[in-house]
Amino acid sequence: MDQELLRVSGLTRYYGSRVGCRDVSFSLWPGEVLAIVGESGSGKSTLLSLLSGRLAPTAGDVSYRDRDGRWLSLPNLSEADRRRLQRTDLGVVHQNPRDGLRMRVSAGGNIGERLMALGHRHYGRLRGTGLDWMERVELDPQRIDDHPSAFSGGMQQRLQIARNLVTEPRLVFMDEPTSGLDVSVQARLLDLLRHLVASLGLAVVLVTHDLAVARILAHRMMVMRGGEVVETGLADQVLDDPCHPYTQLLVSSILQA
Amino acid sequence: MNAPMISIRALAKTFTLHTQGGTRIRAFDGVDLDVAAGECVALHGPSGAGKSSLLRSIYANYRPSSGRVVVRHNGGSVDMTAAEPRAILDVRRKTLGYVSQFLRVIPRVSTLDLVAERLTAMGVEAGEAVARACGLLARLNIPERLWPLAPATFSGGEQQRVNIARGFVRDYPILLLDEPTASLDGENRRTVVNMILEAKGRGAAIVGIFHDDEVREAVADRCLHLTRPEEA
Ligand SMILES: Nc1ncnc2c1ncn2[C@@H]1O[C@H](COP(=O)(O)OP(=O)(O)OP(=O)(O)O)[C@@H](O)[C@H]1O
Ligand SMILES: Nc1ncnc2c1ncn2[C@@H]1O[C@H](COP(=O)(O)OP(=O)(O)O)[C@@H](O)[C@H]1O
Ligand SMILES: [Mg+2]
Ligand SMILES: [Mg+2]
Repeated sequence: MDQELLRVSGLTRYYGSRVGCRDVSFSLWPGEVLAIVGESGSGKSTLLSLLSGRLAPTAGDVSYRDRDGRWLSLPNLSEADRRRLQRTDLGVVHQNPRDGLRMRVSAGGNIGERLMALGHRHYGRLRGTGLDWMERVELDPQRIDDHPSAFSGGMQQRLQIARNLVTEPRLVFMDEPTSGLDVSVQARLLDLLRHLVASLGLAVVLVTHDLAVARILAHRMMVMRGGEVVETGLADQVLDDPCHPYTQLLVSSILQA
Repeated sequence: MNAPMISIRALAKTFTLHTQGGTRIRAFDGVDLDVAAGECVALHGPSGAGKSSLLRSIYANYRPSSGRVVVRHNGGSVDMTAAEPRAILDVRRKTLGYVSQFLRVIPRVSTLDLVAERLTAMGVEAGEAVARACGLLARLNIPERLWPLAPATFSGGEQQRVNIARGFVRDYPILLLDEPTASLDGENRRTVVNMILEAKGRGAAIVGIFHDDEVREAVADRCLHLTRPEEA
């Protein structure tokens, strides 16, 4: 616990001449949940793609400390090594479950996919793991053979979470995991995430526009505007004592967080 | 005498309200305070004098404009105004208990879990954590039928007692109390006064805001008077 998991320095991405995000630096420790908030177009999703190695930076670096204590520079890894790391150590929960699930494969197949990619072949064990994870994310195990298209939005999000956590990653990226769900479903998903994150000691980078979600889930918060980080701090500091004009506007615009 | 548990020097906090024409509000100014183990200091002063802001600044919920807040932690000391976020969280988990004026409810989390998780976060085994949480909720007269419920629907006084249970379920070496008895009836107020006296007895350093004169006289060893600073 006494070393960072992720070191980010000067991370920058341009889309042509347009700024995606610029000069972002921070460290993340094991078990830490960092929320990124900001208005639409502020660069949150761009940053998340850079951090998870799905997008190449224009400048700067993302270094990840693997289970053997080696520092790996994500942009400089070979494609094969990066893929492998993404399967074993990292997870991505997309805002739209359709981007994170295989809609033509059963729930069980979705959960087993990362394991199979890592060479697990024993059908009985894969199915057992699938059933176990269905239960852990509060999905009815009897529906393991259903396709995700037969699930509600909240169920699809839970399936996406199971599909990511099955290889026990150490760092999970989530892009607006609770938006698009109605409030009661949101609360249930939040509760699930809270428990999983604490019991697995996961580090999480969470993009959300919901400040109440950030307060409940996150230890730390980063506020973005126009591709740049304008304020950071403990989540409760940023929400209760916002210093940057934009953060003050954001916090005062909501009813209560 | 031992080193103080809390040592505050030249602490000041000014808010700048950018969305309201850059108005500057001085919450407090030039605060010096040492609090020893087993001692209770009451913050005293008119409404708006900066009492709650000072308490929040000790907890590092507010970020002071200048000055130092040094607390004893893990046999060493931590400056809460300069520490890394995760160091602050470690201090809060192990050393600093804060009973805020209002309970923050988390959807779907039961009263019992809200209290017990303060212990499980410290590695206390779940069964024992629940047992101790139950004991405290009972002592604070929270009806047992409410324990499995999320406190969103509770009365003000019930929520306040849940908040107090969260602050007292562990023996925090330092306790920060913001009007802990404000919405309690006489019997519950006496219970909380006794809990504060017991905490002092075991050596807790306490800083609190107590509007009720009787409560303040019962628990506080001395007062720190705050006056409303003139506008900045
Ligand atoms: N988060 C904040 N943002 C801006 N101003 C604040 C904030 N918190 C407190 N203040 C201001 O700081 C000053 C001190 O407020 P504080 O809540 O500390 O007073 P108090 O002494 O606790 O008062 P009371 O007895 O009414 O609870 C007030 O002018 C208040 O409006
Ligand atoms: N693939 C892309 N091609 C060109 N511009 C993009 C692309 N993705 C994002 N952008 C631009 O980068 C900026 C940041 O976008 P994004 O990271 O999606 O923000 P957010 O997730 O905070 O809404 C915006 O100006 C957006 O239009
Ligand atoms: Mg986005
Ligand atoms: Mg107050």
